[in-house]
Amino acid sequence: MVDVQLSDAEKIYILHGIQDNCREDGRSCEDYRHLEIESNVVSNTTGSARVRLANTEILVGVKAEMGNPAPEKPDKGRLEFFVDCSANATPQFEGRGGEELATEISNLLSRSYDCPSCFDLSSLCVLPGQQCWILYIDVLLLECGGNLFDASSIAVKAALFNTRIPKVTVREDEGHTELEISDDPYDVQRLNVQSVPCIVTLSKIGHSHVVDASQREEACCLARLMIGVTEKGTITAMKKEGSGSLDPASVEDMMETGKKVGQDINISLTCVLKMEERQGVKRQTIGFLR
Amino acid sequence: MAGLELLSDQGFRIDGRRPHELRKIQCRLGIFKQADGSAYIEQGNTKVLAAVYGPHEIRGSRGKALHDKVLVNCQYSMATFSTGERKRRPRGDRKSQEMTMHLKQTFDAAIQTALYPRSQIDIFVEVLQSDGGNYCASVNAATLAVIDAGIPMKDYVCACSASFVSDTPIVDISYLEESSGGPELIVATLPKSEQIVFLEQNSRLHEDNLSKVLDLAVKGTKDVHHVLDQAVREHVSQVSAFENTDQS
Repeated sequence: MVDVQLSDAEKIYILHGIQDNCREDGRSCEDYRHLEIESNVVSNTTGSARVRLANTEILVGVKAEMGNPAPEKPDKGRLEFFVDCSANATPQFEGRGGEELATEISNLLSRSYDCPSCFDLSSLCVLPGQQCWILYIDVLLLECGGNLFDASSIAVKAALFNTRIPKVTVREDEGHTELEISDDPYDVQRLNVQSVPCIVTLSKIGHSHVVDASQREEACCLARLMIGVTEKGTITAMKKEGSGSLDPASVEDMMETGKKVGQDINISLTCVLKMEERQGVKRQTIGFLR
Repeated sequence: MAGLELLSDQGFRIDGRRPHELRKIQCRLGIFKQADGSAYIEQGNTKVLAAVYGPHEIRGSRGKALHDKVLVNCQYSMATFSTGERKRRPRGDRKSQEMTMHLKQTFDAAIQTALYPRSQIDIFVEVLQSDGGNYCASVNAATLAVIDAGIPMKDYVCACSASFVSDTPIVDISYLEESSGGPELIVATLPKSEQIVFLEQNSRLHEDNLSKVLDLAVKGTKDVHHVLDQAVREHVSQVSAFENTDQS
C-alpha cells in the first residue's frame, strides 16, 4: 500500500479516537466514506464501472470473448481477473512497481468469486466442451486513498451488473455447428450478480477494528482481515494480512462485523445500481469530466 | 476496406466531420489531488488521463541526475480494455516504450529544464479508451497536467494528426481512418511561435502533398491550443474564485 508517514502523536490520536468510536473524520467504526459509482464509462467494453471511495479511484472494464472452457469444467465459462496499478496513483507504481499489490488484489478477487453459489458460470457456457464466454475483468487503480480491496470489489460487481453479453445462436449445419453472435445492441444477455460477493476489509487498530480505513488509519493498523461477503451473509473468502497477530476471539468479532457490513453494502449497491439503470438513456455519462 | 469510404462525395468523413474539423475536445484540470498536477482529456472517443509529479528529488539511481537541467521521466500506459481487442499487457511492449520516448522528447523541448537542475519531473499518461490519435491526446493531456502542476513551460505543446485521402488532406484522424492504410502525419508544435517539436509520418505520402498536409496539421494544433487555453483560463478563474472569496 502507499506509505503515509505518521508521527507517534498522530497514531495515538487516531487510536484514542477509535476507542471512543469517533474516527478522525467523525465516522463511526462501521461507516464507509462517501462512495460514488458510475456505470458504462468506457464504450468499447462489454461492461464498465467507475468507483470513487473518497480519494480512491478505480475503473473496471469487462470484456467478453469466446474461448475454450477449462478441461475439467466443460460446461462452465471462465472469469479472468487482471489488476493494473497505474503510475498516476503514485510514482512508486511506475514500470513493475505496482505488481505485488496488483497480484494480491487479483488473487483475492478470484478466490472470492471461486465459490459455486455466488456466480453461475454455466450461464456463460455456449457449447459444452467447445466454446464458452470468458470474461476478462480488468481493474485499473487510478488513485490510492486507502481501502483498495473494498473499492475494487464494489467496482467489479457494478461492472458485472452493467455487462451486456451479446446472445449467441447455435445452428447445426450438416454435421458441423455454427455460432452466430448477435449484432443487435439490445439482444443481450445480462448477468445475475445477486449473490456476487463484496470484499470488506477490517483493520485492527488498538483493541477495536474499523471498516474502510483511510490511508492514515491503515498506517496505524498492524493486522487486517479481508473477507468476501455475499448479500445473504455467506463468506466466500478470507485473508489475514499484516505483520501483527490476531487473537481468535478478535477474528470472530471482526467476522461478525464484516458479515453485517458486507450484507448492508451489497443491498445498498444493488439498490443504487438498479436506480441508475432506471434512468436509462437519459442519463448523462460524466466519467472524469466532473 | 472494401465498401468503406473515408471521404464521401459530399465531403463528409465516416463520423460526419468535414476534412478540416477536429473532434470534440473536452478537458478538465486538477482531477486528482494526490498528484502535483493532473488532467483528463476526451478527443472524440479517445480518453486520456495524465498525472505529473514533481519537480522532486531523483528517484532510483543518482547517476541519472543531470547537473544543469531537470530529468523528465515519462510513462505511457494503455488500459487493457482501452482498445477493441483486449491488450494483454498495459505497458512494457515496444509500442508503449516508443511512445514513452516520444513523450519524453516532446516535453524535454517544452519544459524550462534549466530551472530545476539535479531534479526529476514524472509525467504519467494512462489511455482509458483508444480511438485514434493516442499520441496527440497524450501530449495535450500532459500539457494540461504540467500546467496544473505549475511547472514553467516555454509554451503550450499541442499535437494533432493529419492524413491524405481522395486528394484531400484531413485533420485529427480516428482509428478507422488510421487503420485504413493511408498516410498518417503526427505533429506537435509550440503554437505561438509555430515551432515544430515532434514530427512523425507513417506510410506513403507524395512530397507534393506534404506541405498541404503539414499546414493543415499545424493549423489543427493552433485550434487545439485555442481549446486548451480556454480550459486553463476557466480552471484558473474557478480556483482563484475559491481562494479569493475572503479577500473580496
